[in-house]
Amino acid sequence: MEFVQLLVSGTSLGCIYALIALGFVLIYKATETVNFAQGELMMLGAFGALVLIQWGGWSYWAAAPAAVAGMLALGIALERLVIRPILGQPQFTVVMLTIGVGYTARGLISMLPEIGTETSTIAVPYKGQVLTIAGAVISVEQVAVIGMTGLLCALLFLMFRYSKVGIAMQAASQNQLAAYYMGIPVRRLNGLVWGLSAAVAATAGLLLAPITFVHANMGFIGLKAFPAAVVGGFGSLPGAVVGGLVIGLVEAFAGFYLPEGFKDIAAYVVVLVMLVVKPNGLFGGAMRKKV
Amino acid sequence: MRFLFKTSYEQDIRLVEHSGQSFWYGLLGLAAISAPLWAGDYALSQLSFMLVYAIAGLGLMVLSGYTGLASIGHAAFLGVGAYTEAVLAARGWPFPVSMAFAALLSAAVGVVVGLPALRVKGIYLSIATLSFGFIVEEVLARWESVTKGNAGLSVVKPQFFGLDLGSSTAFYFIALGTCAVVTLGVMNLLRSSTGRAFIAIRDSEISAQSMGIHLAGYKTLSFALSAAIVGLAGALYAHKLSFISPDQFGIAQSIDLLLLVVVGGLGSVHGAFFGAVFLIAMPQGIAVAKDWLPPAIGQATGLQAVVYGLVLMGFVLFEPMGLYGRWLKVRTWLQLFPFYRKGMFKRQKSYTKSERLK
Repeated sequence: MEFVQLLVSGTSLGCIYALIALGFVLIYKATETVNFAQGELMMLGAFGALVLIQWGGWSYWAAAPAAVAGMLALGIALERLVIRPILGQPQFTVVMLTIGVGYTARGLISMLPEIGTETSTIAVPYKGQVLTIAGAVISVEQVAVIGMTGLLCALLFLMFRYSKVGIAMQAASQNQLAAYYMGIPVRRLNGLVWGLSAAVAATAGLLLAPITFVHANMGFIGLKAFPAAVVGGFGSLPGAVVGGLVIGLVEAFAGFYLPEGFKDIAAYVVVLVMLVVKPNGLFGGAMRKKV
Repeated sequence: MRFLFKTSYEQDIRLVEHSGQSFWYGLLGLAAISAPLWAGDYALSQLSFMLVYAIAGLGLMVLSGYTGLASIGHAAFLGVGAYTEAVLAARGWPFPVSMAFAALLSAAVGVVVGLPALRVKGIYLSIATLSFGFIVEEVLARWESVTKGNAGLSVVKPQFFGLDLGSSTAFYFIALGTCAVVTLGVMNLLRSSTGRAFIAIRDSEISAQSMGIHLAGYKTLSFALSAAIVGLAGALYAHKLSFISPDQFGIAQSIDLLLLVVVGGLGSVHGAFFGAVFLIAMPQGIAVAKDWLPPAIGQATGLQAVVYGLVLMGFVLFEPMGLYGRWLKVRTWLQLFPFYRKGMFKRQKSYTKSERLK
């Protein structure tokens, strides 16, 4: 019983990590930059929906897609205004820049009157319902997370496999110069990738909101997605999903079977071990670097 | 303006380039030594904090600014140094010995973290250091028999064979002396072959390797040195705060240190000092500005975070060389007065230059 319950809660948390990790693997593949503000993008998405529901009086089913679409636009704007000027500079620069973006986002949200510093909930229609499977009590929220993640992954897979945009993105991420020569608008695609990644993060935020509440510091969960991306292999989309699940499950089981305190650092221990044993991750290929 | 004609390589790596510099640094040194005379108690305490941060900044500068390895978990070394000092000082160890021990232990931990650096690079290293930072914070919180856990640990005043060095003036001089020694040490390190190897690794790993630089060895060395300096700063920090708890050495502190080196100017010793001044002065500036702003903005909790974020983004976007770079530009403008060109410091950009080759 406990095992099944742990399995489901670990998987659902792992799906959140996977979605955030998916966001920055998308960005990393396309632009070779790492977005440390991914968790904050997730937080912004959740707050977007919260503001629409509380102040705008929208229903959940209208607010959620609106928040995701809004984050798509914000991601594109972010790439255009902040990231594009410094492309081509060392990775450290981008790391600092995105940390700055994260700080600013967190600060701005907590400056919002009334809801900024509060812990709020987004009331989802399926709140509080439970399923009983084989004697284990499982909440519908967790099942929804798993289902939505699966759906999103399938959509992304179809996009990268069959749509022109997706194939162009793959081409650009493999060799930008060659993609340029073939007439692919790499810059515009980079913007689109940022938008896509922000939208995925917003979805993660909406899914997480019923489980943990919405507050300005919920973006810190994004720091757990780095281990997920490393475990899976930093440049691999399926790797991000598998890595997220691994981290979520390890955390759930460590929290139950190991002494107190191991839960919070289990993900980081896993990542250190992974870096020593297999730095390229489970799915990552070795990359050669030019002088 | 002054023209420097260099006729030998020794002149190229001199610590002090010309008499003008020795004059101004002498003046600065004099001002620093006489600070207890003209500064009030509060200002002196802030100056001590600034010196401690400058030392920590120098430590991170060696790693990030000169060797090009970005660490997002450097507060962990600050924590290791601080806790070592606190525990040893409580056992009655004389102050210089415990400080040295704190630095050594931090260096040892630095080597342990640096070992994965043999295999990973770039962003992987940042993530490894981030993970390490979290683990150290958790260990400090859980190892209650030594660290008293989240309840925190109070630090006894520094002692030197029965001599009490706890007064704010005495501590200021300890910090000043340590800072001077560390600064000279780092400057000398940077002009030695080791320091130049670090810079070579930063500029191009592959070129450095092909010049016969042992990458793994120098990277580990850089980690150890950086950790030792930051550990030293941590030991001083513990005494300055006189009460330490694990949450002071978390990710926020690490990012403060990064902010320090980036705002100060990556890759310059001056930068560590400029950054430390900035880090101490900014909260004061915000506190003053609060009274001027409309209350809806001034009283909001997120104001400081927003200012931090915007400053960080602004520097990365518009002044990647930091405050020191800005100062260089101003100085050059003054020296060349009518002949300054706008593009003199422009860095070459390589848009969409891919590091991948497939």
